[in-house]
Amino acid sequence: MSALPSSGGAAAARNRSDSQSIVVAASDLVRHFGDVVAVSGISFEVREGEIFGFLGPNGAGKSTTINMLCTLLKPTSGSARIAGFDVVQEPLRVRSHIGLVFQDTTLDDYLTASENLRFHAELYGVEPEAQAERLERVLSMVDLVDRRDHLVGTFSGGMKRRLEIARGLIHSPRVLFLDEPTVGLDPQTRARIWEYIHELQKREAITIFLTTHYMDEAEHCSRIAIVDNGELVVVDTPDALKAMVGKDRIELQVPDSVATIAALREQFSLEAAVSEDAVAFHVADGEEFVPKLFAGLGQPISSIRVSRPTLDDVFMTYTGRTIRDAEVSTGERMRNHPRMRRRGGR
Amino acid sequence: MTTGVPAVAPARLAGGDLGSDLRAVKVVWRRELLRFFRNRLRLLTSFVQPILFLLVIGTGFGALAPSSGSVNFKTFMFPGILAMTVLFTALFSAISIVWDREFGFLREMLVAPVRRGAIVVGKCAGGATTAVIQGSLMLLLAGLVGVPYSPVLLLTLLGEMIIVAIALTALGVLLASRMSEIQSFQAVMQFIVMPMFFLSGAIFPPSNLPRWLSVLTRLDPLAYGVDPMRRAVFTHVSATPALQERLNAGITWGGWRLPIALELGIVVAVAAVSLTLAVWQFSKAE
Repeated sequence: MSALPSSGGAAAARNRSDSQSIVVAASDLVRHFGDVVAVSGISFEVREGEIFGFLGPNGAGKSTTINMLCTLLKPTSGSARIAGFDVVQEPLRVRSHIGLVFQDTTLDDYLTASENLRFHAELYGVEPEAQAERLERVLSMVDLVDRRDHLVGTFSGGMKRRLEIARGLIHSPRVLFLDEPTVGLDPQTRARIWEYIHELQKREAITIFLTTHYMDEAEHCSRIAIVDNGELVVVDTPDALKAMVGKDRIELQVPDSVATIAALREQFSLEAAVSEDAVAFHVADGEEFVPKLFAGLGQPISSIRVSRPTLDDVFMTYTGRTIRDAEVSTGERMRNHPRMRRRGGR
Repeated sequence: MTTGVPAVAPARLAGGDLGSDLRAVKVVWRRELLRFFRNRLRLLTSFVQPILFLLVIGTGFGALAPSSGSVNFKTFMFPGILAMTVLFTALFSAISIVWDREFGFLREMLVAPVRRGAIVVGKCAGGATTAVIQGSLMLLLAGLVGVPYSPVLLLTLLGEMIIVAIALTALGVLLASRMSEIQSFQAVMQFIVMPMFFLSGAIFPPSNLPRWLSVLTRLDPLAYGVDPMRRAVFTHVSATPALQERLNAGITWGGWRLPIALELGIVVAVAAVSLTLAVWQFSKAE
């Protein structure tokens, strides 16, 4: 059987995804670094063909979890299975069924794009007769065919990331792990990477597991798991999560935010908080609430914004803070534990 | 064993079997050679130092050393310079693992579905091959320093260089396994490579030395690689017994001259121990 998935194979894989087979299953994963608990009891399942997003601030335990799933880090306790193989008992089998794209580039700058790909194909045991075709296919998917014989050292950050995605696919993995696939890239390149990921999901019938701390990117996922402080807070589709929050978000620019927050509490029994220089709070019907607000607040308002729930709100609802605030406090936590920062970030 | 998803997953499954290990050795070895031949500047610069030593130091000190006919101090130094070329190239290749770690490529190798030992063996094979290639190019200069182009001699020296190259690369990979910073490379050059070279008997005979220096030379594994090469050279040149005594007295343990087989055996043992420890170091790392 060829290493190249034929169109029939892709269709077959899609049929299986209809039957919702589980390709990633984590059960109560725990990881300690010394006395720091990086991941404390995470369980979830990923179905075939999904784009599954791990969303959380830096230092929430995303990379540590991904490293345990990829057999690079042994769990302190708990277990996980990828494509049916146990990550602790059968690490080599797990590895041959996954593709990995790390936060930091892992390409050889002194080899050409196709030499990097060939190295990977050989190492993963792609049959020699299938290699050329496979190479062509992944290179064309990320639009790098005409750069195949250029040294990787001459590539831009976005091209390197695309090449790494292509490389992660050469051996036809069941699951592609992308750890912060767009971090450090400019907005256009980020958008293109997402185009590739969507196209990939259609053409290769592959399951994608990714981590991100960009709220807008989480919208691309079939399902999202929100991770905070090493724990899984909630797992669902982006729409379902937003529906759970339900309320509209109102942001006010005011001269006196303390007095405004007090007035909101007195007049409307609403709990508001300052977020990014604005006073923000949630109400059920935002647009109908605005006239009441003007009539009853008794405080000057410079401007007002009403927005439908976003994933930021979802994060706020479940964790009690914005993802940006979470990053600041985690950053402080991590600075006190340099060992964890080093190991968690790698 | 199959996965039940043959169309999507590749049919073969890497999983610690001999075939996938050999494939890994081959692909890591090939990358080492690709990089070696691509870096023309390094290829060129790694000749400059040995040639400087051979021609400048060899000629300069040659005025102080005895000679007869075409056999002179440069003839004496030639095997040492071959060893030096092998030493520098082998250790440089091995220590490039630290670069691979810094720039991330090591991770690409370590996450592959092959045993770590295969990656280490491939790296050693690659480093040793490049070192032997460099050494063989130096070997071509034999005629310049009064060493004849005898096929037997050339093959003997080549074989000995291969053994030395494997031992040094394995030693280098072992050192690199514990290094996480490129800065450590300088320390290795200063504290390991240069002392190893100076104490190996490459530039002065390891005989008639003060006790402290004599002991140090006998602790240098490279000395047991240089001496067999020098003995091979001196069996193919016509040197007077007095000259032999001065320049080719070799390594002795309490007055006993070690046989060539034992000297090479020591080098092979260094290779085996270093390689085993290096494989172990990389295998236990998460």
